[in-house]
Amino acid sequence: MADRRILGLGCLLAAAAALFLFWGLRGPTAYILELRMVKLAGLLSVGAAVGVATVLLQTISRNRILTPAFMGFDALFLLLQTGLVAGLGIAGSSRIPPLAGFLLDAAVMMGAALLLFTSVLRRTRHDIQLMVLTGVVLGLMFRTITAFLQRLMDPSEFSIVQTRMFAQFGSIDREALVMALGLMMLAFCWLWRNHAVLDVAALGRDTARSLGVGHDRLQLKVLCIIAALVSVSTALAGPVAFLGLLVTSLAHSLMRTHRHALLLPAAAQISALILVAGQTVFERILRLQSTLAVVIEFCGGLLFMFLLTRGKIW
Amino acid sequence: MGLLLCLLAGISLFVGASPLHPGALLSDPQALQLLAVSRIPRTAAVLLTGAAMAAAGVIMQLLVRNKFVEPGTTGTNEAAMLGLLAVTLLTPAMPLFGKMLAASASALAGTALFILLARRIPPERPLLIPLAGLVYGGVLMACASFIAIQSDLLQYLGIWMSGEFSGILAGRYELLWLAGGLALLSYFAADQFTIAGLGRAVSLNLGLRYGQVLGFGIVTVSLVSALVIVTVGMLPFVGLVVPNLVSRIMGDNLGASLPVVAGTGAGLLLLCDILGRLLRYPYEIPAGTVFGLFGAAVFLYMLLGRRAHG
Repeated sequence: MADRRILGLGCLLAAAAALFLFWGLRGPTAYILELRMVKLAGLLSVGAAVGVATVLLQTISRNRILTPAFMGFDALFLLLQTGLVAGLGIAGSSRIPPLAGFLLDAAVMMGAALLLFTSVLRRTRHDIQLMVLTGVVLGLMFRTITAFLQRLMDPSEFSIVQTRMFAQFGSIDREALVMALGLMMLAFCWLWRNHAVLDVAALGRDTARSLGVGHDRLQLKVLCIIAALVSVSTALAGPVAFLGLLVTSLAHSLMRTHRHALLLPAAAQISALILVAGQTVFERILRLQSTLAVVIEFCGGLLFMFLLTRGKIW
Repeated sequence: MGLLLCLLAGISLFVGASPLHPGALLSDPQALQLLAVSRIPRTAAVLLTGAAMAAAGVIMQLLVRNKFVEPGTTGTNEAAMLGLLAVTLLTPAMPLFGKMLAASASALAGTALFILLARRIPPERPLLIPLAGLVYGGVLMACASFIAIQSDLLQYLGIWMSGEFSGILAGRYELLWLAGGLALLSYFAADQFTIAGLGRAVSLNLGLRYGQVLGFGIVTVSLVSALVIVTVGMLPFVGLVVPNLVSRIMGDNLGASLPVVAGTGAGLLLLCDILGRLLRYPYEIPAGTVFGLFGAAVFLYMLLGRRAHG
């Protein structure tokens, strides 16, 4: 386990977290530290969840350009937010307590994902590509409905939806954060115990089965974990579409291995590092709020183009 | 087929927010004006758009040699929107024709890039191409949203994203005749497209100037998409669903099937537009929304039903 690169990443992450907490600390120290702690925990958990979920999805689908966002998760989240504002109005939708909103988002996304995975996989005899494409088409359908609802809104309602279109780390609810962390810990424990089986599953369905791995059941379990991680992190902060793509590419090029015992921690740490360091730079140096997600999306998108031109997508 | 189209067009002339009776045309000059300024242009716009989009879709499918592509799944639409956004920001006073040209140029670049990329994908994995195309479109769309957010044009972008015909009046849709003309032009090259659909090596062996045909196809598809986006907005699935429905019955000889594809596209879109006018009368649901839901359902059936039959 004591891989030098993993340890190095850990040190970097600790340094970034320390900078985030203690840079420019003035005034009521205890109060500010507490606020920053919550934000830091949010950044770390969302980062780790997105990184791990993307590595898992790419392993299961044997495809290096996929991120969970493309399978309609983000589109469903936006549809939910738009629907709430359109249905209840500004006053009504702002009266929903944050924890209830989080639980609603997470539950709807998780339920939809599980329904999709189980029904489509059974129908297509575990053709994962077909399942991904189904998710993408459903995402397009959600976007169509969202666009229609947004046409009906007045600009002030729309501006509320607009703030939820990109990930926000400033207003994370504490109770929701604790719940999310608990669920993530469970998922990570399961992954830690099964990382060797994942290595075999990455060889493809036939190879894995001939080596004695119950591939289909494993696939379903991993998809459930992906659904849980993505739903929780999206409900917590908002959609981050291309972060996963950026992270998995960096993790692969740094670790140069297919062993999940190394890939998963590396991806989780890189992802958290990008978020924490990015947020530090934005808040403390550039004094900007809420544009971090935008920059990350940009870099991820550019990287995807680069991968596509190199032909490295399967 | 022709009869059905005429019937739909007739219905479309007399359906709308302000009531219009066929009997009133003889006695009431205002009814005639309504017909000339709003109803006839709108019906023509829907028919032209449906036909041109379906034709663009089928050409795209032959050129990429994949049943699951259309301008909406290859980044063409998103590239056109990026161009449109850039023009709106840089020179807001640009006339519509100039905006159209900018959108076309950027759609052309986006589509050409995707076709180059798609060549690297092995043909034995047909689902990878639309997947890569959708991700590619998503990246372009993300770029467009960011620019829109910085300049507070996001709701504007949303209006381009759901294609609809309620704003069509005489004098505001004439660019679509150009799209119809392009679809007609592609009919004369239908046989060349059919051969190009057999792949580069076969085409060259048969003496086809493959590069020229490919270029002409890309230009046609990009121009049609740009024209439609500038005048009515994005219409997803039209170019995807219609050619697939027709090709199941008629096969892939474009010389025979292109008129049917164009006619079916026009008819289905008009049906969706009429439905959109009636479902929340007197308010309207955009035709793009109605077709998006219907098209997504058909596409999912195509994807999943295929396996069920073996």
